[in-house]
Amino acid sequence: MSAATLGILRGVATLLAMIAFTAVVVWAWSRRRRDTFDAAAKLPLEEDPS
Amino acid sequence: MTATQFGITQYNDKVVRQFALMTVVWGVVGMLVGVIIAAQLLLPELNFDLPWLTYSRLRPLHTNAVIFAFGGSAIFATSYYIVQRTCHTRLFSDRLAAFTFWGWQTIIVLAAISLPMGWTTGKEYAELEWPIDLLIAVVWVAYAIVFLGTLVKRKVQHIYVANWFFAAFIITVAVLHIVNSAEIPVTLTKSYSAYAGVVDAMVQWWYGHNAVGFFLTAAFLGMMYYFIPKQAGRPIYSYRLSIVHFWSLISIYMWAGPHHLHYTTLPDWAQTLGMVFSLMLLAPSWGGMINGIMTLSGAWHKLRTDPILKFLIVSLSFYGMSTFEGPMMSIKTVNALSHYTDWTIGHVHSGALGWVAMVSVGSLYMLIPRLYGRTEMWSTKLIDVHFWVFTIGIVLYVASMWIAGVTQGLMWRATNPDGTLTYTFVEALKATYPYYAVRLLGGTMVLGGMFIMVYNVAKTVGAGKAADVAIPAPAHA
Repeated sequence: MSAATLGILRGVATLLAMIAFTAVVVWAWSRRRRDTFDAAAKLPLEEDPS
Repeated sequence: MTATQFGITQYNDKVVRQFALMTVVWGVVGMLVGVIIAAQLLLPELNFDLPWLTYSRLRPLHTNAVIFAFGGSAIFATSYYIVQRTCHTRLFSDRLAAFTFWGWQTIIVLAAISLPMGWTTGKEYAELEWPIDLLIAVVWVAYAIVFLGTLVKRKVQHIYVANWFFAAFIITVAVLHIVNSAEIPVTLTKSYSAYAGVVDAMVQWWYGHNAVGFFLTAAFLGMMYYFIPKQAGRPIYSYRLSIVHFWSLISIYMWAGPHHLHYTTLPDWAQTLGMVFSLMLLAPSWGGMINGIMTLSGAWHKLRTDPILKFLIVSLSFYGMSTFEGPMMSIKTVNALSHYTDWTIGHVHSGALGWVAMVSVGSLYMLIPRLYGRTEMWSTKLIDVHFWVFTIGIVLYVASMWIAGVTQGLMWRATNPDGTLTYTFVEALKATYPYYAVRLLGGTMVLGGMFIMVYNVAKTVGAGKAADVAIPAPAHA
């Protein structure tokens, strides 16, 4: 593989990783997910029924 | 909803109890072997000229016992507890769960026999020979079926973040173990790696560093994400951050392995790649640490009175320290000083004792009373004593190894103007000798703390009763 192709490959890989990370952040902070996450965050606080 | 006689409406806490108690037992055994080999480095006569007791054979016994027997049992216990409580359902299969318990204990006993016999593959943290490797693979697949099967039959819509960490850890360890253990058997007790030369080294440290990243980090982060909110009585600081934490941590850890092979015959670009990914790891690691510690914001006063929270929060502080230290040590020029010295040993123990052992001990102090129908341990005072003995012991251990390591690194690389070495090897050894005594003292304190725990646990179990807990009625959501 030539150095130029390798450079393009690296650039594409970096770009894809950045897009993936940004997508996770946007998804996690999206307004639509807020209620689900708030509910999920309460799960450890439940006490066993006695 | 009240508990009925039908098992299906209750959680399977039997396997959790079994693993929880064995965690304490293996913690004592593994740390005892650690203290013995620390003493041998001070007084080599302590191997009594018996091949089974030589440092070379006991050292892998120590690492396997603390990582896989103590750490492993702690992970099984907490993951089985957490997945049931956060999914409102009983474990996928009681029989398979029991198989994972007895299978894992069998593996530990086989390790305790085979390693002192000197049967080893020579691969660090993967020393066990091929028949045991096969058994590990079978038990691990059973674990994956039980855990993932429980997630599938969950009665709660969302999969809580702790379970994401556990699931990633289980799947990754299966892949790592199977790939790294590819070996050609020669006899029942001897095999050779399927890989050769630098490829073998790279596969080994891809495995080795992910053993740290997934076995000793992701799984214990799962523990952290459940037990810190529970003990603090408030939800995790930012659930959203925990999601970004999860995805970035697991994607980056996978590539950090080459930093174990700096300045070797591994191609330079691979070494640099390992270094860069190790540096990037600082971000998700600290994101997770901050997320855990900030959960206490507004409830800091609880730290004064609650020794369990002290264990959990100090464990996160050690996590933060060692995940800062790790990326620094992966920088090639720093590694040139630190590699092959006791600095590495100090770094590993700040992670393994400070982070892994402390978060496990804190979690067990919460878990064990609940498993025996009580609200708290027999003595809270003894938890506090354990905390202080443990913490001071770890600080002595880590600080002495830092000093010893930097001293070694500097003395080994010192040269005279004519290019000859300034110091002989034995001169560096002599300089580090006093610090080995301090390390032994620190390690003994850590072990002493575990004995306090044994006493407290025995009293708690004796005063409690193993009670079955009912699963809550399906949520209306």
